[in-house]
Amino acid sequence: MTALVIAEHDNATIKGATLNTITAAIACDGDVHVLVAGHNAGAAAAAAAQIAGVSKVLHAEDASFEHGLAESVAAQVLAVASSYGHILFPATASGKNIAPRVAAKLDVAQVSDISKVDSSDTFERPIYAGNAIATVHSTDAIKVITVRTTGFDPAAATGGSAAIDTLAAATGDGKSTFIGSEIAASDRPELTAAKVIVSGGRALGSGEKFTQVMIPLADKLGAAVGASRAAVDAGYAPNDWQVGQTGKIVAPQLYIAAGISGAIQHLAGMKDSKVIVAINKDPEAPIFGVSDYGLVADLFDAVPELTKSL
Amino acid sequence: MKVLVPVKRVVDYNVKVRVKSDGTGVDIANVKMSMNPFDEIAVEEAVRLREKGIVTEVIAVSCGVSQCTETLRTAMAIGADRAILVETDVELQPLAVAKLLKALIDKEQPDLVILGKQAIDDDSNQTGQMLAALADWPQATFANKVEVVDGKAIVTREVDGGLETLAITLPAVITTDLRLNEPRYVTLPNIMKAKKKTVDTYKPEELGVDVTPRLKTLKVVEPAKRSSGVMVADVAALIDKLKNEAKVLG
Repeated sequence: MTALVIAEHDNATIKGATLNTITAAIACDGDVHVLVAGHNAGAAAAAAAQIAGVSKVLHAEDASFEHGLAESVAAQVLAVASSYGHILFPATASGKNIAPRVAAKLDVAQVSDISKVDSSDTFERPIYAGNAIATVHSTDAIKVITVRTTGFDPAAATGGSAAIDTLAAATGDGKSTFIGSEIAASDRPELTAAKVIVSGGRALGSGEKFTQVMIPLADKLGAAVGASRAAVDAGYAPNDWQVGQTGKIVAPQLYIAAGISGAIQHLAGMKDSKVIVAINKDPEAPIFGVSDYGLVADLFDAVPELTKSL
Repeated sequence: MKVLVPVKRVVDYNVKVRVKSDGTGVDIANVKMSMNPFDEIAVEEAVRLREKGIVTEVIAVSCGVSQCTETLRTAMAIGADRAILVETDVELQPLAVAKLLKALIDKEQPDLVILGKQAIDDDSNQTGQMLAALADWPQATFANKVEVVDGKAIVTREVDGGLETLAITLPAVITTDLRLNEPRYVTLPNIMKAKKKTVDTYKPEELGVDVTPRLKTLKVVEPAKRSSGVMVADVAALIDKLKNEAKVLG
């Protein structure tokens, strides 16, 4: 059998999370196809064909794919599902939205957020906010999987030369329509793909202070900006900056946590980072239990000083 | 219109769970259990829709062991009108729960099902989407704002990079994100009132659903521990460590 990866894309380019998912797919089955369901998505399909390790790209075009509606994309996946042993989605907002719909229609259990492939039917996944790792065995004929992108290296975006097959579009029933979106424009690296992340917590006290203190450090380091749930709930930072069990799962080279106490839900989102730096006034803060380098200091002194000294 | 709100009994989110030494699972004996936090948000949203006059009845549902009745009582103390328990001692996985809920949809004919986006024990994030698929209903996951107008739900969703708004035709499934609302505290008079509300009980067999687990958990282990780090005296020492020891700064 072959593995099918559902590409996440913006119709022009393939999103980074797809590359990590392809690496997981290769671990399940050496032969990997990629599905690009989009609207005017020829460029995305062409980009998918360049990815190393991909043997075929399936390209389906329909206006209802433009915004990746779950009902439409799931219908397209189901139209080709029977040819595949594994169907993998990145565990992003989009993949998590669509994958269970596909699994239920196929009457198979879905394996969520895998962090490791042990064999073609056995996978590891974190449970209880990352406080335990479960090894699960699937006996279903088609394995529907979402992939924790930080658990796998990205496949090379170039070097491949897959054939592109055009599919007839199979779409949903139109009971769901896209109205609009507010996507924050940002020149910064994407949070889940960033090499360096600076992250702020409730101790920043206000949105103005958050911007004033954390952004210059991020600029200096070329880093993405993250936030704890407390900072997001208090309105200091937008919610798509949230790092944690219910936000983004990140694993950068360097994670700098300022004014974050380190609740287990936050740690679940960042404890696989290579080097963790914690800056906190409270020497008892749980964040110091996972940090490689801890500095007990007022972040309003330490972060600007750090920014200046770099 | 009628709303169904599935709620799950899970280990309280403040509890630091321990993995059993024999690797069979997480030790949940004598651990505090509560309603899954996302489900509290779902109940709150359903009750708010009733308070706005859009919804006439809110039914809370839980699947699992008999103690799930406590979780249902909490939902009724928040404001659910009545409750249904699907009682079984079998380990329930999302697909089985979705099938049980589909059977209840057929019985109760609700216009809307509001679920939490994920349970904090198995972290699956599947049940709502699976239910929508089985019922052939549209879905709006990770909702942070819900309005119901003219037979449609207008839902703003939290997606990577920002927000997105969808219109979905009812009947439909919505799953809640954290920022949809702030669940109210349950008051003692409401807890007393909740005791008088009805809880209907079904067995999975009565609903015609096979709940046998489809995924087998081979083992559960603790995550790899991080080696304990060092404390540095000041910013200069921190920069020195990052440059010369960790080599993560150029």
